Amino acid sequence: MKNSIRFGAAITASALVLAACSAAPEATPAPTDDTATPVETVDYKPCIVSDAGGFDDRSFNQAGYEGLQEVVAAYGMDTAQAESADDTEYEPNISALVAADCDMIITVGFLLGDATANAAAANPDVDFAIIDFAYNEPIDNVKPLLFNTDEAAFLAGYAAAATTQTGTVATFGGIPIPPVTIFMDGFLSGVNYHNETQGTTVQVLGWDGTDGSFTGNFDDQTAGQNLTTGFIDQGADIILPVAGPVGLGAAAAAREAGNVWIIGVDQDWVVTAPEYADIIFTSIMKNMGPAVYDVVETTAVGAGFSNAPYFGTLENEGVGIADFRDAPVSDELLAALEEIRAGIIDGSITP
Amino acid sequence: MSESTATTDRSSADGPESEGSPEEAGRDFGRLMREITQSDLLVVVFAIFAAMLLGGLLVVLADKDVLATTGYFFSRPGDFFAAVGGTLSSVFTTMFQGAIYNTNASDVAVGIRPFTQTLTVATPLILAGLGLGLGFRAGLFNIGAQGQIIIGATVGAYVGFAWDLPVVLHLIVAVVGCVLGGAIWGFIPGFLKARTGAHEVITTIMLNYIALNLVSFALSKTAFQRPGSTNPQSPLIAETAEYPLILGSAYNLHLGFLLALAAAGGVWWLLERSTWGFQFRAVGANPHAARTAGMSVSKVYILVMVTAGALAGLAGSAQILGTEHSLTAGVAASFGFDAITVALLGRSRPLGIVFAALLFGALRAAGPALQVQAGVPVDIVLVIQSLIVLFIAAPPLVRTMFRLPAPAHVKEVAA
Repeated sequence: MKNSIRFGAAITASALVLAACSAAPEATPAPTDDTATPVETVDYKPCIVSDAGGFDDRSFNQAGYEGLQEVVAAYGMDTAQAESADDTEYEPNISALVAADCDMIITVGFLLGDATANAAAANPDVDFAIIDFAYNEPIDNVKPLLFNTDEAAFLAGYAAAATTQTGTVATFGGIPIPPVTIFMDGFLSGVNYHNETQGTTVQVLGWDGTDGSFTGNFDDQTAGQNLTTGFIDQGADIILPVAGPVGLGAAAAAREAGNVWIIGVDQDWVVTAPEYADIIFTSIMKNMGPAVYDVVETTAVGAGFSNAPYFGTLENEGVGIADFRDAPVSDELLAALEEIRAGIIDGSITP
Repeated sequence: MSESTATTDRSSADGPESEGSPEEAGRDFGRLMREITQSDLLVVVFAIFAAMLLGGLLVVLADKDVLATTGYFFSRPGDFFAAVGGTLSSVFTTMFQGAIYNTNASDVAVGIRPFTQTLTVATPLILAGLGLGLGFRAGLFNIGAQGQIIIGATVGAYVGFAWDLPVVLHLIVAVVGCVLGGAIWGFIPGFLKARTGAHEVITTIMLNYIALNLVSFALSKTAFQRPGSTNPQSPLIAETAEYPLILGSAYNLHLGFLLALAAAGGVWWLLERSTWGFQFRAVGANPHAARTAGMSVSKVYILVMVTAGALAGLAGSAQILGTEHSLTAGVAASFGFDAITVALLGRSRPLGIVFAALLFGALRAAGPALQVQAGVPVDIVLVIQSLIVLFIAAPPLVRTMFRLPAPAHVKEVAA
């Protein structure tokens, strides 16, 4: 026993030694190298604070973070980030970023609303942007980033109603907050629009416009799985889980039942959850990363900061639906969706 | 208490032997050294040192610059050590700057802000820790502080935003609301334990879940939401219900901190000087003996839990009336659970709890600066915090690591 441990240690040690044997880089890196990596260097420091979900939540924290990293890399900007472990850390984290001389601080989610407003009042020189939250009275140095997700969800609802074999589709959410229920509202009206215009009687389980099914959090995949199994038992064959990673539980239940499609949310799930690519009907995409990219770019190198809210819409592609890929969608349906999309953009159809 | 008696016993036992001998001075010095090396304080110092060392190692392993230099360690080891040294010194300076004094600040007023932040974060931990420590002394393993904080904060928040009362009075009523909310949430497991013998670990855990889901439910109703919004977030409490800021608006330190110190004094008096406190400790030492001696064990259980709940409710008031000012499902953060560690770390004694809470407060306060300035990922920050606690909570481990002599009183403390 002891010998084998010694032997293992010797192997590990020699591996480490070998790994450490490569040549050292040039003592003084050639100054010309610096110009090669970032295209240009912009003297602007955008920073980001997550909510308690953290930057690996596969949802808005992650999307915002990735958008920020992209714009920072593209312009060679300095950046900093602070991940909040719980609800009491928002104010200290924002203060720490202010102290670190950030020029813009992006805060993620309505829970940071008060902390952002207070920090904005105390630091009028710093620009703020907040994802998924709007103030009743606009603040001079806070730009809300909002998404009309219902427009995209409307398209997904219409397509689901046109595709369902059983005449029943379903949706559920994580917690009944506006950024979640807006998906469910759009989905419901999309289905209803199909019923009105095409004379179908497709039924939506899990959301009636005011009340519905929720898992109560954004992390319990088992709850998502159970809820989905319940919907499948009631005949639903296309399901929209609006609960971040809980949706993966829904996908697992759908895979188990067979012949059930899942509609992804926030990002294209064929990309982010490739293990379920074959049962993804489409995804309702909320392009938060590009929105963050745009806001930082505009403020740093473009027209400058404005506190006018950014609205992600079908028109500016801030929201949209992913390609149908494996789903059995007819050309007529695709054409109809194009028409509806145009109708929503010109205002003749309200989602 | 038992510690000090033990030390005195020891010195008096040594006394006659050394008395009048020529090497008295030398022996006295030896005894002094022995007492220092056997003290708990030294263990704490070494525990923090060990945790920093191990935490530093993790930070170093996670650091990009350091990793880059390991690849060519043998070609130019200087780079590696420079990177390690740079990372470590930046982490420890940042911890100091984030929790105690910001040496980069232009003047003292800004410089001490981190320290006031440490005190602010420590406030709910002191209060909830006192409540739990009280329970531990009476033999009750109450882990319901989380729920008690939540319910206290919920009641206090409602009083704060829904009622319109004059200055001073509003704050008092809101604090009383918090205390009552916590006390009721403490009474339930106390009553169940006293009447039915239901184990307090189970009932308090369940009550934590009930409290959390209850507040989530309340926040889904319009009565607890902001007008025109359906976010699960209560309106801001009225300014008349907020704890006044002790050091002015530049700092977050509020009246709750002084209240916490007063509560620590109160709990000390209750435990060490009052008849009830004697009964609490007697029941904690041996409930059967206490019953035989004519004490009402059930009354003690209920009273201890109500007091513990009231203190946790006060911790909730520090959150809602002191720092957050608006109720969300996460208003208690993890203070109710951290308070368990605080109470154990403080050996369930009021003074110990205050210091343990200050340590925790400092660690939490340093978190944002560590992330932002030193670029340490939040997970590593949490690991360092936990390591410090782990080492402090395991004195024998630290004694072995640093070859400190075992203390004479170790048996008595364990008992």
